[in-house]
Amino acid sequence: MAADINDIIGKYRQGRREELIPLLQEIQSVFGYISEDAIVRVGSHLGLSTTKIYGLATFYDQFRFFPAGKIHIKLCNGTSCYMNGSKAVADRFREELRIEPGQTTRNGNFSLETVTCMGGCYHGPVIMINGEHHIHVQPEQVPELIKRLKYIIDND
Amino acid sequence: MEDLKAFLIEKVLLFESDTLASGTEKVLQKVRRDKTSVPVIHVTYNSSSIIAGADKTLTAIKSYVADNQTSAEVITVGCAGPANYEPLVCVQMPGKNRLFFRNITEEKVDSLLNGVFHSDINDDDLLGQTGEKGFGLWPGIPFMNELPFFALQKRVILSNCGCYNPESIEEYISRGGYRTFIKTIRHYTSEEVCDIIERSGLRGRSGGGYLTGLKWKQALTTPSNSRYLICNAKESDPGSFSDRTILESDPHRLIEGMAISAYAIGASNATLYLKSGSDHALARFLKALEWAREYSIIGHDIYSSGYNLEITVRVEPGAFVCGEETALINSLEGKRGMPQLKPPYPTSSGLAGKPTVINNVETLMNVPLIMQYGPEWFRGFGTEKSPGTKILAITGRGRMSGVVEVEMGTTIRKVVEDIVDGIRDGKDFKAVQMGGAAGTFIAESDLDTPIDFEALKEKGITMGAGGFVVIDDSSCMVDLVRYYMEFIRGESCGKCIPCREGTGRMLEILESIIKKPASEDSGTTLERFKGVMQLETISSVMKDTSLCGLGQTAPNPFMSALRNFREEFEEHIFDRKCRANVCRGLRTFIINVEKCTGCTVCAGKCPVNAIYGTRLQPFFIVEDKCIGCGICYDVCKFSAVIVK
Repeated sequence: MAADINDIIGKYRQGRREELIPLLQEIQSVFGYISEDAIVRVGSHLGLSTTKIYGLATFYDQFRFFPAGKIHIKLCNGTSCYMNGSKAVADRFREELRIEPGQTTRNGNFSLETVTCMGGCYHGPVIMINGEHHIHVQPEQVPELIKRLKYIIDND
Repeated sequence: MEDLKAFLIEKVLLFESDTLASGTEKVLQKVRRDKTSVPVIHVTYNSSSIIAGADKTLTAIKSYVADNQTSAEVITVGCAGPANYEPLVCVQMPGKNRLFFRNITEEKVDSLLNGVFHSDINDDDLLGQTGEKGFGLWPGIPFMNELPFFALQKRVILSNCGCYNPESIEEYISRGGYRTFIKTIRHYTSEEVCDIIERSGLRGRSGGGYLTGLKWKQALTTPSNSRYLICNAKESDPGSFSDRTILESDPHRLIEGMAISAYAIGASNATLYLKSGSDHALARFLKALEWAREYSIIGHDIYSSGYNLEITVRVEPGAFVCGEETALINSLEGKRGMPQLKPPYPTSSGLAGKPTVINNVETLMNVPLIMQYGPEWFRGFGTEKSPGTKILAITGRGRMSGVVEVEMGTTIRKVVEDIVDGIRDGKDFKAVQMGGAAGTFIAESDLDTPIDFEALKEKGITMGAGGFVVIDDSSCMVDLVRYYMEFIRGESCGKCIPCREGTGRMLEILESIIKKPASEDSGTTLERFKGVMQLETISSVMKDTSLCGLGQTAPNPFMSALRNFREEFEEHIFDRKCRANVCRGLRTFIINVEKCTGCTVCAGKCPVNAIYGTRLQPFFIVEDKCIGCGICYDVCKFSAVIVK
């Protein structure tokens, strides 16, 4: 894993500050999150202190500092989904999984993320489970859905 | 393929005369599939249709074609507009008008295609036919452009969307694409292009409405050895998707617009600043960019004009405030996306201290058309001070939804009543919200306002990036204001105090209005009233003293909602009632003793064990324990639970 980070960093040869965000984005897209180790390495490559990089990364919503769960659930909280009841769906997920958006369950199975608009406004509330869309989701479907997902994880 | 490329470059792109040779036109017709010998099936394929299941539809259509050994061609196209009709499928039989079918999920594919191929069409899924010259008519089928959704639109910028395969540069060139750019760099100077755009009266479509030509001139006249063009495709408002739709449906015209604009300001670097999470749009745009490079539309010394251009894409890392120009530049420079005091404006000192022009997607989409048809043509649309058209991303509770384009000066009422066709599920209209998260609510009484910069400004309505949310009476205005405020508070960058603290305080007060207090003693009530009294003051302070547009406009939803729906706020504050029954904290439930059968379902489901009773006897709810979640109301089969 350590070698890979160096490979990515190696692509950004100029070592200028403008490259910081694309570099972090690429690290996240490969590893799924930005580790402490990655921040240290990026810092020494770009000549920036780790606090600066951490400060920047936490400013933006896109970056996460813990691995996502085996099943990553994106909840749309766009205006249209909200008006169609996305809050109740999100609440149900939070209650069932006992995590907040942005967190991962302790066993590493599930993680939640809130996004603003995925583009399915007419079909709200929309959620996305590991890249697959579910439309017109109702809160009462959530426990059943999670049960099914747990079953999939257990039998994997 | 190589032959076609050489042909297109020589006979189309570099062809000097405005009208092409008739032999060329014939080849282009073939590329455009105007006259085909086999049926062509167009499947709308963009993020909104994929959500609705276009992926599976496409697979089903492909396997139908393979199984039946039909010689039909299957292509994917961009978005045609109505999102509620996705997945949209269009079939073009040889020599006949194209037929559009709505909501074609995978299981409908077989019967649909069987029907069309054997001229036995199922009317339920049929939307209409196109009416182009020289094609056979389908009797008794309505024309697409006569449907109210399309009839009242003026699809100028979106004219290509949904008509061609956005991944094919050949099709774009065959529709007249990139010729204008080549003509521009060969025959016009940068000053001339700026002049033409200024004369056309094109105004930035992102809200401020600044004259685009003038902005360009400011950058052009600032002495510098390099300049930058940035296309802002950030559209960060929750629920706006017009930029994404354009990027997915017609990326080539955007590239052409960016190229011409970069030439006009003398920039050899252009950047697309894209919203994070738009993976599909990103992939399409990168592919289009690759093709443009292949055809030498971008690169070094483009077609011996001496002009160099490089276009890069940067994905925004997720911060609402980065839609603001100076914050955007900071983010591109690898810093926190925090806005800065203006002046200096980016046109004099922007990215890396160089003159930078930032335009949004919709503005740049107009540019190739103005250069092609001239500024007078552009002035033929819209009103005198706001020429052109406006793209609206319609969402919410209307019957129709999707990306539409109307002429400037169209009234909001026309959009709501005719294009959107009223409210779905038999509910009543309540308001329209325009301008995104920091936009304004428009009540019934203001619906006759025309959509143009001046008229909207006069009424205090923000145009914004074109978000158009239709709200019905199932939504609570106070709750919606709270939703927007929660969003903005989360996105406030924290640099200036009025915005950072103001949004937090406003959210707190709004929450106190809709929440059930721990104890309803006079202390909490007094606090609540004090808060409410302060809301308006906080709003005006934020408006006057915030550093950037985000803080200055953050109170807009609250102020416009208070202006138009004061009685709803008062009901929440004084009567502790929510007329839409949305605010959980204000709901109280009681059980109708006569209807309750004592089935125990509600007691079992209650998350806080607030329902007591004996089996087969009427149950009752302990009000102090009840959190107003409404589960008992939902699960009761005998309608015995009543909302008070």
